Amino acid sequence: MTQKTNTFDGRRWHDMGGTAAGPVPTDQHDFALWEKRVDALMVIASSKGHFTVDGLRRVLEDMGPEAFETMTYYERWIASINQNLIEAGIYTTAELAQRMTEVAARGATYGEAASG
Amino acid sequence: MPHDHHDHLSPSGHPYRADDDHPLTYWQQMEIAVRELLVEKGVTTAEEISAQIDTMDARSPANGAAVVARAWTDPDFRRALRDDASAASRAMGFDIGPMKLIALENTETEHNVIVCTLCSCYPRNLLGLPPDWYKSRAYRSRTVKEPRKVLAEFGLNLPATTTVRVHDSTADMRYIVIPARPEGTDGWSPEDLAKLVTRDSMIGTGKAKSPDAV
Repeated sequence: MTQKTNTFDGRRWHDMGGTAAGPVPTDQHDFALWEKRVDALMVIASSKGHFTVDGLRRVLEDMGPEAFETMTYYERWIASINQNLIEAGIYTTAELAQRMTEVAARGATYGEAASG
Repeated sequence: MPHDHHDHLSPSGHPYRADDDHPLTYWQQMEIAVRELLVEKGVTTAEEISAQIDTMDARSPANGAAVVARAWTDPDFRRALRDDASAASRAMGFDIGPMKLIALENTETEHNVIVCTLCSCYPRNLLGLPPDWYKSRAYRSRTVKEPRKVLAEFGLNLPATTTVRVHDSTADMRYIVIPARPEGTDGWSPEDLAKLVTRDSMIGTGKAKSPDAV
């Protein structure tokens, strides 16, 4: 976990080069379909000019170190992509909330919920 | 994780993919909703998303290995790669996108390793998606401070006489390491040489395989 200090040392949490850490983890997972879809949405939405990789990173960095420790990589990405798309006016928070409710109502697994 | 529902079929009558039958998480729920909204709003289509996934799946370290093997066998290409790795890779038919790619050549006396201390920038167009450890706090934090210790964890112990250079990537500027060509490979074809080029050797956390290994 991150340490809280009273003095700001000039760098934010994500700027972690040179800080102390443990051994490099060796575990690896295969990317799930939903993770590949998140990656694809980022590539497509940014290539069409709806937001930039800097926009993606701004939201990721604003999430803070807690999100880095508790959420997976593509969980953080979809949260950031969503925030950027709302800011870009592609859809509203109300539309998102309604659609997420509909998605959850379809079933308890990803496969069921994704078959809209 | 065990899969208890192998015989279940989706509403369309197809079996679920192995990673589809876990309980839905909040963030997966969001991914589905965002994707559907983007299709409805005309930003993209289901076909375009599938095609992008196929494109990404097709990118693997084999792409980078082909570039490295050519650099080992074609002096003109090697020079072009050092001058402008984006252009040289594009000339081989690889989609590099708008980013600036820089090739770093390992020699007998110099070893290069790449990292992204701020996030996860990686030469994904030539190597595919980065391994999980590349995005870890440990690799990002320590590689710029104690690279020899980090490399030793990968089983790469470099002599003190070898200069280690660490390159910190950004979203717009990424690196690929051209590992040293293994001894005993004179006269090998680029296709055979490419089999010696591992993903880690192009990140700099490993070396190319020796000819005895294949």
